[in-house]
Amino acid sequence: MTSTETHAPRRQIMPKWLKRVLGTAATISVTLLGLLFVTFMIGRVMPIDPVLAVVGERASQAQYDAVYQELGLDKPLLVQFGIYITDVLQGDFGRSIRTGMPVSDDIARVFPATLELATLGTLLGVFLGVPLGVIAAVKRGSWIDQTARLVGLVGYSMPIFWLGLMGLLVFYGILGWVAGPGRVDIFYDGIVEPITGMLLLDSALRGEWDVFRNAFSHIVLPACLLGYFSLAYISRMTRSFMLEQLSSEYITTARVKGLSEWHVIWRHAFRNIRIQLITVIALSYANLLEGSVLTEIIFAWPGIGSYITVSLLANDMNAVLGGTVVIGVIFVGLNLFSDLLYRFFDPRSK
Amino acid sequence: MKHLRSLTAMALGAALLGSTAPLSLAATPDNMLVIANRIDDMKTFDPAESFEFAGADVSRNVYEKLVNFDPMDLEAGYQPQVAESWELSEDGKTITFTIADGHVFSTGNPVTAEDVAFSLQRAVKLNKTPSFILTQFGFTPENVEEMVKVTGENTVEVTLDKPYALSFVLNCLTATIGGIVDKTAAMENEVDGDMGSEWLRTNTAGSGPYKVASYKPNESVMLDLNPNYHGETPAMERVVVQHIQESATQRLMLERGDIDVARNLSPEDVAGLDGVEGVKVVDELRGRLMYFSANQKVEMLADPKVLEALKYAVDYQGMADSFLTGQYTVHQAFLPKTFLGALEDQPYSYDMDKAKAALAESGFPDCGPIKISVRDAQDRMDIGQSLQNTWGQLGCDVELIVGTGAQTLDRYRAREHDVYLGAWGPDYPDPNTNAATFAENPDNSDEAGNTGYLTWRNAWDIPEMSQKTQAAVVENDTEKRAEMYREIQAEHQQTGPFGVMFQQIEQNAMDESVENFVAGGATTAVSYWVITK
Repeated sequence: MTSTETHAPRRQIMPKWLKRVLGTAATISVTLLGLLFVTFMIGRVMPIDPVLAVVGERASQAQYDAVYQELGLDKPLLVQFGIYITDVLQGDFGRSIRTGMPVSDDIARVFPATLELATLGTLLGVFLGVPLGVIAAVKRGSWIDQTARLVGLVGYSMPIFWLGLMGLLVFYGILGWVAGPGRVDIFYDGIVEPITGMLLLDSALRGEWDVFRNAFSHIVLPACLLGYFSLAYISRMTRSFMLEQLSSEYITTARVKGLSEWHVIWRHAFRNIRIQLITVIALSYANLLEGSVLTEIIFAWPGIGSYITVSLLANDMNAVLGGTVVIGVIFVGLNLFSDLLYRFFDPRSK
Repeated sequence: MKHLRSLTAMALGAALLGSTAPLSLAATPDNMLVIANRIDDMKTFDPAESFEFAGADVSRNVYEKLVNFDPMDLEAGYQPQVAESWELSEDGKTITFTIADGHVFSTGNPVTAEDVAFSLQRAVKLNKTPSFILTQFGFTPENVEEMVKVTGENTVEVTLDKPYALSFVLNCLTATIGGIVDKTAAMENEVDGDMGSEWLRTNTAGSGPYKVASYKPNESVMLDLNPNYHGETPAMERVVVQHIQESATQRLMLERGDIDVARNLSPEDVAGLDGVEGVKVVDELRGRLMYFSANQKVEMLADPKVLEALKYAVDYQGMADSFLTGQYTVHQAFLPKTFLGALEDQPYSYDMDKAKAALAESGFPDCGPIKISVRDAQDRMDIGQSLQNTWGQLGCDVELIVGTGAQTLDRYRAREHDVYLGAWGPDYPDPNTNAATFAENPDNSDEAGNTGYLTWRNAWDIPEMSQKTQAAVVENDTEKRAEMYREIQAEHQQTGPFGVMFQQIEQNAMDESVENFVAGGATTAVSYWVITK
């Protein structure tokens, strides 16, 4: 017996793009939730008393007990986490023990400073590192290649705080070419009403060019330092990717066909490393956003890296968790951005 | 990381020393003082809550008190400020303060008796960490309105639960928590019954020479003149304190002329400034003590002869002359020098023969394992290593347990340490501040949980010494009171499980034009209003 029933094609309940968006959103949510859960639990199980961080060494038992209750530490861990998540969803990250300010206010203040610095650093790294890596690969074994490799090696192996202090000594202390630590001279502090929190951008938008020049003079050295480390990584990876491409058969074919070297390098080989480079640049950017702690400390740059580090040492877990969310969002966001660029550059992934 | 940073700082110092190129000098304006300091401990400006060093610096320059110290003569002790006079009742329990005319808050409101009573009541009612400085006189949130009240147009009456030495009470009122707040401004900004606490966290309403003009946590705090200040107008019309974490960076900024004062220079950087033109270093004795203490729950450490051996086997002068040079001076009593009744005797010096002899007489002639809890600060780890070395020579098996400040403190408060290596600074400028914690233990039981007493943390049960300490705090004859403290300290040095080793010296480097920079000595905080340049 054969079935005469025919199945009507299943109705697409949800459009494909919507499914993808929802799937991505779910992935992001789970990632962030997991990140928060792990950080929260580490903070709670660390052998450090969070109450002492609030009340200090001299507090009486009554004051200690009051804060213990106030922090909700008498509740089960999962309940504490549930309360925290509920607050976070309402935009309340709690109050920083160390600064006494709402964590969201602190982050709104420190993050733009880091964003400004890391963006400049990454731009320097990309605009110098990519051409250097390409040239080094093309001129493999030449003095340019050796120089690029040396630059990369120094960038990888030199402690950033040493280089930072030496940079300060030479360019600020001795030569006086750049301004010292901090974001701006005290004389210009507070002149520009914040728009984005990024002083360079805000001073430009407000037309305060004196402040802009001063702020630029302050940022140029730490940005160059971060840019150098970014350059070292990007140029090395670019060189490696390019070498792989340049040894491919299609490149030989292109050369045999008589295409110009410029055409071969930039239109064929480089075109094929763009996707890998995007990942490298995104990772480098994300690392500068959260990992430039020492640079921030040396240059008295009030950014999120030093904010999280100092908070962690002071057992200021609200601040650490708030900062972790921001860093998590950055990593997830940059990953998402990389994915979108993949789709743009690589038709196969569409 | 800290080790590496220290090495780097030294490398930079060496490079600075070695560099022959002169640093081009800028200069700050004549009427502005720019200071580099670590201000990341600053949580609030509210005098009822502020209990950190950086906060105390701001508070001292913003809030006046009933009585206060004259920065140009700290040894004179408390002087009239908002209170022009005071009178003690015959029973010694009530002090009536007469409020001086002419003091005006930065808000424009005059300072009244009502503001004074409100400020003290508020500090007790809010019950924040430093409130114990006032509640030790028997004030509670419930009774404080009765105990501290306005009794006339310009008089405030403060009634204590029992008679105390007047000097003790007035010294406590010079602490940050004694700051007089503008009641009108605070209550106008009250939220949910906080008596303006949230507003006063980042704003100020005092009658001192300055007011806070701007504050960026971990970045900077800027003080401008209080236009209504009743005293002489300070020469420094603006004071900016920048948060600069690194010593080497502070030094560089000072040499460049971008700051006037650097407050956190390492010994290497201070040494590096020797001979630098236009810069001077001013040493000032502060109240912080460095000590070790032995948990009396550990049988071996409860043996008096073992304690004696350990105290002799400390290279006090060697440490002070090497890695602590310029930063600490040898001091062996629980009251810092310059405090009333401070004992300057130093009965212990590094003497291995005496140490070994004492150990031989003890019940533990071969010594045994000792774990030293020490936080991960460079100076403390250096001291810990020195103790490890010299106590090791006695035959003790010494292990350093290094942790963050919070970790080591947790163990200490839980009485889980063997030996704790720590620092202690006075909470208010009266001998009782240290005596009550080093030489008083009201209840040594675990259940008592008296974590505020260092004696309790070390399980040192001292009913007789506790009585002596309590007697000293009510003695109204100041000279007799001082003598009582000297006796307690002498006994404490001999019998206590505490080995007080050093007292802090603060080295502030500054432009040579800066005059009258007084960091506050052992008793108070910095005073910007007397500074000139």
